[in-house]
Amino acid sequence: MAISATLPTHRDEDFRYADLTALAPLWPVAVERIVLAAGEERALSIANLGTGAVARELEVELGDGARFDLHVLNAPQAYGRIAVRAVLGKGAQFHLGAAQLAGATQVVELVTQVTHAAPDAVSRQVVRSVAGGSGTVNYLGKVLVRPGADGTDGSQSIRAMLLDRTATANAKPELEIHADDVKCAHGCAVGELDPGALFYLAQRGLPPETAKRLMLQAFVAEALVGAADEETMLERAIAALEAML
Amino acid sequence: MLQIENLHATVADKPILKGLSLTINAGEVHAIMGPNGAGKSTLGYVLGGRPSYEATDGSVEFLGQDLLALEPHERAAAGLFLGFQYPVEIPGVSFVQFLRESANAQRKARGEDPLSGGEFLKLAREKAALLKLDMDMLKRPVNVGFSGGEKKRAEMVQMGILGPKLAVLDETDSGLDIDALRICGEGINAVMRAPDKAVLLITHYQRLLDYVKPDFVHVLAGGRIVRTGGPELALELEEHGYEAVAA
Ligand SMILES: Nc1ncnc2c1ncn2[C@@H]1O[C@H](COP(=O)(O)OP(=O)(O)O)[C@@H](O)[C@H]1O
Ligand SMILES: [Mg+2]
Repeated sequence: MAISATLPTHRDEDFRYADLTALAPLWPVAVERIVLAAGEERALSIANLGTGAVARELEVELGDGARFDLHVLNAPQAYGRIAVRAVLGKGAQFHLGAAQLAGATQVVELVTQVTHAAPDAVSRQVVRSVAGGSGTVNYLGKVLVRPGADGTDGSQSIRAMLLDRTATANAKPELEIHADDVKCAHGCAVGELDPGALFYLAQRGLPPETAKRLMLQAFVAEALVGAADEETMLERAIAALEAML
Repeated sequence: MLQIENLHATVADKPILKGLSLTINAGEVHAIMGPNGAGKSTLGYVLGGRPSYEATDGSVEFLGQDLLALEPHERAAAGLFLGFQYPVEIPGVSFVQFLRESANAQRKARGEDPLSGGEFLKLAREKAALLKLDMDMLKRPVNVGFSGGEKKRAEMVQMGILGPKLAVLDETDSGLDIDALRICGEGINAVMRAPDKAVLLITHYQRLLDYVKPDFVHVLAGGRIVRTGGPELALELEEHGYEAVAA
């Protein structure tokens, strides 16, 4: 998919919740292409933690039997948009774990399109987002199963946590299936921290802020499990979370 | 230690406790028995300060403080421990991680020095051994994947680590096999049998009381204590049922 020279509008599906004002000076965004040869295995971690607005467009091509592990920490102090389009060859595996944090009045978003172009490929997406203040977290994710991509196994586990009544989470996992014998699962939930768990922790003596912090750390960590640099990513996520609370 | 007077409480605006009074002195073990839905767990939650369990009338004094005016974590620091009928699973948060922070938050609130990592682990190991719970289980996320019996033993380990003044144990015996029942009973005695401590056991059955001998047995029905007696009352209940005894 080529990037158009003109700035998108909210009518463009992938940009319906985008912060277009912040995006304008970054447009058009250069596409970063990542190509994995047949059987190749690669891992990439992206930590988007700066103070300026960021928009990235990744295009990933996975050859037959290739495996790509992508972990994303999307927690800048301004607009942060990461778009990933992945096309999977026969038996390829694509794993995406993404943690997103938005406070203040920020918009932080992840847009994915995973195309199963050949049989027996596996895609896993785990996205954990936290929005506080008047922040907004978005996930727009489409899994497209092309004709002939039989035996596809795709999953999207999308959860968002709202810390304040003024925070927003938009989550839109989508499936488009044109093949047979396809196993696709998606779960999507926007919620608040489990009050039963918070009470349990408080009953043992944890002050409410600490209980909340522990539960949010655990929540965000779910997205970073298995990253090559898991510990570093988690530390940075916890620091970003800390700054937000 | 604990003085409950004319306590009225609602759950989600529904009246459940309707004038409950109960006094527990240091060194005593009390048992509350009663039919399902009588309000036993509600009493525990109201004492613990669970949101949406609201005291609407009456008073609760705990070690000289107005218990109902405190936040849940402050009640814990004051020395109240609630053993849950259904311990909550918390993915991603390990027992050792949260218990060390809990223990130290309590100690800080009481003006005591925090436990070092080593001191805490030694204490945790000691209490886990007492309850015959594998120490490795405490490194796992809170209650996740634990069997019913393991959850109850883990509750008792937590009680041992935190060292409360008053333990309110809500159906600690349910879901336990005979061996686990004995282990929990002995654990309760080891941790809580002391002149300056007290226990309120909430239970359906006589069997836990064989191990943890109560000084007083109360029958809770319709949101109030309808009868109080000695250990023999539990046997009478076991034999004749609540209806006959509470009538
Ligand atoms: N969260 C809740 N929302 C509404 N009603 C509740 C809730 N928890 C308990 N109740 C009601 O309160 C009453 C007492 O419940 P509970 O205290 O759990 O009884 P027990 O522990 O004695 O079996 C029951 O009628 C129950 O249906
Ligand atoms: Mg109950």
